[in-house]
Amino acid sequence: MTDVNVTIIDREGVEHKVLAPTDMNMNLMEVCKAYDLPVQAVCGGMAMCATCQCYIISDHDLGERNEDEQAMLWEAQNVKDTSRLGCQVPITEKLEGLIVELAPEE
Amino acid sequence: MEQDMITTDILIIGAGPTGLFAVFEAGLLKLKCHLIDALAQPGGQCSELYPKKPIYDIPGFPEVLAGDLVTNLMKQIEPFQPGFTLGERAQTIEKLEDGSFIVATSKGTKHHAKIVAIAGGLGSFEPRKPAIKGIEKYEDKGLAYMIKDPEVYRDKKVVIAGGGDSALDWSIFLANVASEVTLVHRREEFRGALDSVEKVQDLVNAKKIRLITPAEILDVSGEDKVASVLLQHNDKAKRMEVIECDAFIPLFGLAPKLGPIGDWGLEIEKNAIKVDNTLDYQTNIPGIYAIGDVNTYPGKLKLILCGFHEATLMCQSAYQRIFPDKRYVMKYTTVGGIDGFDGSRKEAEKAVVKKIGVN
Repeated sequence: MTDVNVTIIDREGVEHKVLAPTDMNMNLMEVCKAYDLPVQAVCGGMAMCATCQCYIISDHDLGERNEDEQAMLWEAQNVKDTSRLGCQVPITEKLEGLIVELAPEE
Repeated sequence: MEQDMITTDILIIGAGPTGLFAVFEAGLLKLKCHLIDALAQPGGQCSELYPKKPIYDIPGFPEVLAGDLVTNLMKQIEPFQPGFTLGERAQTIEKLEDGSFIVATSKGTKHHAKIVAIAGGLGSFEPRKPAIKGIEKYEDKGLAYMIKDPEVYRDKKVVIAGGGDSALDWSIFLANVASEVTLVHRREEFRGALDSVEKVQDLVNAKKIRLITPAEILDVSGEDKVASVLLQHNDKAKRMEVIECDAFIPLFGLAPKLGPIGDWGLEIEKNAIKVDNTLDYQTNIPGIYAIGDVNTYPGKLKLILCGFHEATLMCQSAYQRIFPDKRYVMKYTTVGGIDGFDGSRKEAEKAVVKKIGVN
């Protein structure tokens, strides 16, 4: 088991460097919540609310958006090419050094 | 007291599972409840966000669909005849000298209650509005972000925009009510329950729904009400089309906001209302309680089953507050049965006491 280092930039531009476990079946939204970062996660991780939308700043390859995530991002606001739903991004060792920025609240 | 005011014992703000179950627990104590909800139907998130998704941690239900849970709760509380103010957001609160409260909604409906229980979940769901300039002037004049009474659309020409479950389900429903249903979505793909997607496909094939994808509504026009919408096809030509209609219903999902409750003088922490979890989930204002996902306390878990527990303790405390001199002991429903306000009675079947002899 290992932890990966992830940098999360909040909506005020403050960088939070956090450790995310790869062996707890966690996703990026849950990591934000675990560190009390301002992610509402209304739907609790069902890709149904987009309150955990974030922009991937580093050049990590997170793979394709899944269908649910894609459909939600069609309807959400402030969506960019780099947008992902934190709840659909599992924490894996590939994410070491990941930098993300929280999207504005709607 | 004003004549047209709704009067009740406990006014519950939010008709999600926690608020609905509070009606049952209050009913056992012979307290009447009235619920306010910004959504057009009861059930909160369970009805609005994921009615067809299963929940696995409701005690006694190995698996239950969120929508079915709401249906069951509505049936469970039916004998206690709750009142509902739906499609209106609780806006202002006023504490009277006798300790009771008056709560007014966004549409001016006034409620007078001895106790206020906020079961508002993550806040009131505000519809996502399309980015069309000046669209507000058509609100309630042909433009609606949620459907309260589908009969309004009988024999009318309706344009629905959106790509989720509610856009699909209302298109299906209105196909048999409205004279014309046009469904517009930015993409060709829709996201919804399989049977809804298939039904829409059938209705499109049968020409009962006109489907326009990928396309977007850019503008609304009409003198004093919606008369037409301007649509842009998202093809190469970016062709524009004017569609005459009586109603435009964008269903782009809902975003929750704590809203006006945040200005009621309640202690708020991280978008939630602080309550006393050592006793009765009362807020810093005596007589106002907060139960379910809307509250916070050390160790708080946002689970439906926790909301049920909080609702139960809240009702006991509310009873003591309303009747400070009355003594009361909790009675099991198996022992006491249920006496509905509608005169109905449910009770356990009596066992027989009879001699068994040998012939």
